[in-house]
Amino acid sequence: MSARLEIPAFDWLRVVVEPWALYPETTIWIVLMGWLVSLVCGAVGLFLILRRMAMTGDAISHSVLPGLVLAFLWTASRATLPMMLGALIAGVLSVILIEWIHRSSRVKPDAAMGIVFSLFFAVGVILVTAYADHIDLDADCVLYGEIAYVPLEPMWALAGIELGPAPVMRMAMVGLIVAGLGFLFFKELITTSFDPVLAASLGLSPKAFHYGLMIVLSVVIVSSFEAVGAILVVAMLIFPGATALLLTHRLRLALALLPMIAALHSLLGYHLAVWFDVTVAGSMAVAAGGLLAIAWAVYCIWARVARSSH
Amino acid sequence: MEVFWDQTLRFFSFGDPIVRVAVAGCLLLGLACGLMGSFIMVRRLSLFGDTLSHAVLPGVAMGFIWNLSKDPVAILIGAVLAGYLGVMLVRWLTATTRLKEDAAMGMVLAGFYGLGVCLLTFVQRQAVGDMAGLDKMLFGQASALTGTDIQVLAVVSGVALALVAVFYKEFLVISFNETFARVSGIPVRWFNGLFFLLLSFAIVASLQAVGVVLVSAMLITPAATAYMLTDRMHRLIGLACVFGMLAGLIGCYLSFLGAGLPTGPFIVLVSSLGFIAAWFFSPRYGWVLEKLRRISRRRRMALENTLASIYRFREGEGHAETVALSLLGLSRHRNESLEEVESRLKRLQAEGFAKLVPSPRTAALEHCQVVLTAKGARRARTLIRNHRLWELYLNRAADYADDHVHDDAELMEHYLSEGLVDRLDQRLDYPRVDPHGRTIPSKEEARQ
Repeated sequence: MSARLEIPAFDWLRVVVEPWALYPETTIWIVLMGWLVSLVCGAVGLFLILRRMAMTGDAISHSVLPGLVLAFLWTASRATLPMMLGALIAGVLSVILIEWIHRSSRVKPDAAMGIVFSLFFAVGVILVTAYADHIDLDADCVLYGEIAYVPLEPMWALAGIELGPAPVMRMAMVGLIVAGLGFLFFKELITTSFDPVLAASLGLSPKAFHYGLMIVLSVVIVSSFEAVGAILVVAMLIFPGATALLLTHRLRLALALLPMIAALHSLLGYHLAVWFDVTVAGSMAVAAGGLLAIAWAVYCIWARVARSSH
Repeated sequence: MEVFWDQTLRFFSFGDPIVRVAVAGCLLLGLACGLMGSFIMVRRLSLFGDTLSHAVLPGVAMGFIWNLSKDPVAILIGAVLAGYLGVMLVRWLTATTRLKEDAAMGMVLAGFYGLGVCLLTFVQRQAVGDMAGLDKMLFGQASALTGTDIQVLAVVSGVALALVAVFYKEFLVISFNETFARVSGIPVRWFNGLFFLLLSFAIVASLQAVGVVLVSAMLITPAATAYMLTDRMHRLIGLACVFGMLAGLIGCYLSFLGAGLPTGPFIVLVSSLGFIAAWFFSPRYGWVLEKLRRISRRRRMALENTLASIYRFREGEGHAETVALSLLGLSRHRNESLEEVESRLKRLQAEGFAKLVPSPRTAALEHCQVVLTAKGARRARTLIRNHRLWELYLNRAADYADDHVHDDAELMEHYLSEGLVDRLDQRLDYPRVDPHGRTIPSKEEARQ
C-alpha cells in the first residue's frame, strides 16, 4: 500500500495503441457494446427529454432491480427472457404505482416518484445482498455494471459462425427492435410527444404510447444493465439526446447525430478508463459529460453570434 | 429464535458501543433529513434532492483523496462543494439552453455520479490509504460509523435545527411564496443559498448510514408521510423528523439482525411502509378512509332519496296518512327493482326512519306497508324543503329556467345546512310554492 496517489501520465502508446494492437478482440467488443448502449438508450432518451420525463428514466432504471433479481432467483439462471420479463413487470408496476399515488393522494408526482423508485431499489438491494451467495449479480455490479466483462460472456453462434458475446448481440437485437418500432410509429410518437391533445383528437391514445414507451424503456434499461448499471444508465439515456438537441433544433437531425455522439462516448470513455484504470461505465459518463460541456459551449457561442449578427 | 431474541436484546440494551454509535447516527440522520425533507417536499424539489444526493459523490471521493483517509471534515467539505456545483450547473443549464430542468437534473445526477464512481475505482485500484468504509458510501452501513462521524452528524443536525428554528418564518415564506418573500424584503438569494447548504449537509451526514442512492428517500418519504397527516408546516416538520428517526432506528435494528446487510435499504423499506400506511389510513387524507367515506356518502344519499320519494308519493295522494304505500308501489314509483327498494327500507328501518308493516291480507313481502316514523317524516320534510327552496333560489336569483333546476337541487338537498336553508328562506321572503307549483314545507312544518 503506497501512501501517495499517482495520476498516471498520458502515454499515447499505452492508452490508445496497445488496447487495439494487443487485445483487439476485447477492445472491439467493449467499444461496440458501449456504442450500442449509448445509441439505443440515447434514442429512447431523446423522446424522454422531449416529453420532459428524463427523471422517469432515472426512476425506472432503479425500479427494474427487484424484478431482475426475483426473475433471477426464480429461474436460477441468467436466461434473457425471464430477466427481461421480470424487469419489465417491475418497471411498469412502478409507473402504475407512481400514477396511483399521485392520483389518489395529495402527494405531488415528483415526491411520488421519489418514494416509489427508492422503495423498489431498496427491495432489490436487500434481495441482492441477502441472496448474494446465489447471485453473481453483486451490489457493485448493480451500481456501475462492468462493461469490461462483456467479452468474457459466452459467444452467440448462428449456423456455426460466431457472432459475438451474448450481451452485445442482445443489445443489438434490442436496438433493431427499437429502431423498427421507432420507424413504424415515428409520426405517432412525435404527435403524442409534442401535442397530446392533438394526438387524442386524431384518435391516437397518448396513454397507450406512454405505456408503450415505458415498456420499451424498461427493456432497454435491462439490456444495458450489466454493462453500465442502474444509475449510469441514466447518463446513457439523457446525455446523447441532450447533446444532440444542443447542436440542432431538428429532431431528425438530432437522431442522425446520435450514432456519432454514441461513438465518441464509447471511444473516449474506453480510453479514459484505460488511462486512469477506472471503471469503463463511469468514464463513459464522464466522457458524455465532457462532450455535453463542449456542445453547451458551442450552443452558447452560436447563440451569441446569432444575436450579434441581427 | 433464541438468536433472534438475543440479538434483539443486545440491540435494544444499547450496551454494545458499535450499536450505540450506529443508533445515534441513524437517529441524527432521521432528524436532519426529516427537517430538510419537509421543506424540499413542499417546495416540490423532491427530485432535486435525488440529484443533489448523487452529485455529492465525486466530492466525497475528492475529500478522501485530499489526505487519503476517511476524514469526515474533508469529506463534508468536498461533498458540499460538489453538491453546490451540481445545483449551480442545473441552474445554468436551464437558464442558458432550451433543455428543461428534468434533463438538466438527470445529467448532473448521472454525470457527477459517473465521475464519483471513476474516482472511487481509481482510488480502490491504486490501493492507497485506508479505504475502510468508503465503499459503504454507496449503500450505507451504520455499523461502519465512527465516533468522529457521529460528532460531525450531531454538529450538522444541531446547526440545521438551530438555523431553521431561528429563521423559521423566512424559510416558511420562501417555501410557499417566493415572490411575496422578495417583496417583503427577505434576502431570498441568501436564504436559498443557506437552504441548499443545509440540504447538502443533511445529505452528506446521512451518506455513511443510508448510502448515496437512497438518501433522497430519507428526505422525501418521511416528509410525504407527514404530509398525509397534517396541513400545518410546523407539525409536518415535527412528524417528518419523528418518522425519519423511527425509520432510522427500526432499519438499523433490521440490518443488525441480518448481520452484514446494508442499513440504507432497510431504513428506506421501513419508511416506505410507514408512507403506505399513511397513504391508506391517514384519518384525513387516507385513500381507504376516503373510499369508505365516499361509499357512506353515496349510501346516505340513496336512503335520503328514498325518504323523499315516500314523501312525494303521499303528497301526490293529498297527504292522506291513510294512503297505503306498499313496497311494490314504492318500487314502481321510484322505478327501481323490488330488491333494491327492500334493502333500502330495511336499512331505513334499522336507523329508525321508517317501518315495514306486514299487510293483513297477505304475507308476501312486496305487499308490506311502508310507514314513516316521526323522525323519518321530519327528515323527509327537511329534504323536500331544502330541495324546493334551492330550486326556487336558482330560479329567482340565478335565472335558471324552471325546468333546469331539478337536477341541481337533487344533489344540493343532501348538502345544504340548516343555517343556510334558513337564510335562503329569509332571502326568498318565506315562499310557500316552488317553481313547479308544489308546496314548500315551512321551517315549523319541517320540525313537527
